[in-house]
Amino acid sequence: MSVISYILAAITVGGGLAAVLLKNMVHCALAVSLAFAGLALLFLDLDAQFAGFVQILVYVGAVAILVVFAILLTRSSETPKDGGVFSPTWLAGLVVAAAVFAVIGWAVLNSVGGLSYETAVPAVTVQQIGQELMGRYVLPLEIVALLLTVATIGAVIVAMHEKEDAK
Amino acid sequence: MTPLAGYLLVAALLFSIGLAGALTRRNAILVLIGIELMLNAANLNLIAFWRYGPHPEALTGMMFAIFSIAVAAAEAAVGLGLVISIHRHAQTADLDEMNRMKG
Amino acid sequence: MVERLDQLFVLLSHWLVSFLPAGLQQAGGILIGVVVIVCLYPALFAIAVLMERKGLGRMQNRYGPNRVGPYGILQPVADGIKSLTKEDIVPLSADSAVHFLAPLVVVVTSFMGFAVMPMGRNMVLVDLDAGLLFYFAMGASTELAVFMAGWSSRNKYSLLGAMRAVAQMISYEVPLLLSSLAVVMITGSLSLTKIVAAQNSYTGIFPHWYIFTPWGFAGFLMYAISTTAETNRSPFDLPEGESEIVAGYHTEYSGFKFALFFLGEYVAMFSISGLGTTLFLGGWSAPFSFLTWIPSWIWFFSKLMLSICVFIWLRGTLPRLRQDQLMNFAWKFVLPLSLLNLLVAAMWRFLGDGWERWVFCSAVLLVAYVVVGLQEMRSDHFGPRSYRYVE
Repeated sequence: MSVISYILAAITVGGGLAAVLLKNMVHCALAVSLAFAGLALLFLDLDAQFAGFVQILVYVGAVAILVVFAILLTRSSETPKDGGVFSPTWLAGLVVAAAVFAVIGWAVLNSVGGLSYETAVPAVTVQQIGQELMGRYVLPLEIVALLLTVATIGAVIVAMHEKEDAK
Repeated sequence: MTPLAGYLLVAALLFSIGLAGALTRRNAILVLIGIELMLNAANLNLIAFWRYGPHPEALTGMMFAIFSIAVAAAEAAVGLGLVISIHRHAQTADLDEMNRMKG
Repeated sequence: MVERLDQLFVLLSHWLVSFLPAGLQQAGGILIGVVVIVCLYPALFAIAVLMERKGLGRMQNRYGPNRVGPYGILQPVADGIKSLTKEDIVPLSADSAVHFLAPLVVVVTSFMGFAVMPMGRNMVLVDLDAGLLFYFAMGASTELAVFMAGWSSRNKYSLLGAMRAVAQMISYEVPLLLSSLAVVMITGSLSLTKIVAAQNSYTGIFPHWYIFTPWGFAGFLMYAISTTAETNRSPFDLPEGESEIVAGYHTEYSGFKFALFFLGEYVAMFSISGLGTTLFLGGWSAPFSFLTWIPSWIWFFSKLMLSICVFIWLRGTLPRLRQDQLMNFAWKFVLPLSLLNLLVAAMWRFLGDGWERWVFCSAVLLVAYVVVGLQEMRSDHFGPRSYRYVE
């Protein structure tokens, strides 16, 4: 991994750490947007240009704004009343996460022999991606379209003001 | 350490950070942020394997990552809609206070 | 000779880069391009601000600024000096880190769009294969910066303005993308240089610009409406209207940070007009085949300044839309018609060459617009006009 990859990885992991450790919710949301942007740059570093730009467009441009709107609409940006921001069982959660990282890290480092192929940079054009989407992956594409429609309608219905509650 | 192992370790680190966030924070929205971080870590894994795998010209890894991004966006929308709806009902988004089945 | 004038800046850049050692030449070329973009567009911004103030003044039956130079030409210099020397007031309870970063992010993401724009023949900074996608990704990042500005000021007006601005920008982003998608579908590529190259041919003396096709004309209308809303310009400028909400999300900014927001807004206008000329007006190609001897970059910048003049004209003419009218307009009028436009573009492609496709596509679009327009006009919100006088 080159120097740039290290820097980008540091930015991404730093953003992720800030997102789970900070007290102010809006700062957490902005830190996670930084992590998303860092990940998009990592995708570009891995020569996946289409995925990188889609990551910025969808995550930074839509999911981050969704999170921020939700924080504002649920008044979570005000200071917490008592007990702090971490739940009382935070140590157990930390231990579980550390254990998961240990297991995955051990698996990666022990199977590294048979993995890396060091191929040349794949020249992926958008036209190839389009042809794959309409050819081999047309069924997942239609299913994802249906899923997005259902999710849109579902989110609107779930978050809509219910008329009976206005009594 | 090969480049592939490096990227996989970064993805694993991001995944465990997201998991720690989802397990230790009180606010429901931060749990969702942790889940988004985990999904992103999985995407990084996919792209790293696509790049350093045997057949990058088959585009399988990138397609999987793109579909995963689309599905994650849909799931974030529904999840945040649920959090807003719960807040409207219980006046709080704090998970530690929602410890009863009675509405 | 005509060829040399057309490629003047490319040849100049090559000559400058030839002084560097061979390893640094690519980086040097890109650096020169970046420096040119960062110096040129703020200069155009100064000219556009002057044009706006004088133009708006004349439309409102008054002179614009006319004290500073002959006919007020040096007014941008005075404005620049004022904003640099004004005191930078940050509210005590404001979130200082986010408050500081917001104008920077706005300016950076607004400038990033120019990286993929072809400003002349062979004059594009980076010829990305997914250039249009990169452009929209940068546009989407601007919205987060607007929210950052509004929230960090800890001011109700700022927050309200920022929420309105972000809601407006995400609502109009979908029709923006859909109207550009029709162009991408017909061209078959997301690369902006290929889109311009596809419009660069002539039948007789008339060019093959996409605006001269039925779906291109309708698409350009939808695109123009969406860009006016995306850049928060009148008639969609409720988030920053001075009479409604003080100054919206940049209420608490003064001095140079406000100048950065102002710069970011105008640079975003330039950038999105540049994209509109690339997609619909043929980019750097000349309007008639006998005018191709004029250099390509002159055509690009003329079309860009023409679009800015149209923006200024719209600002001086139309009244402001209310927030709910604006959102209704986006989701119930512009979005369905953009989808219809996509369908019509597909029909255009598959009906083959000939006069039938012109007639059929124009008919479909006209019927749709007339039907939807009549339906909107027939709504019972509009009663007979009533007058109230002060007693």
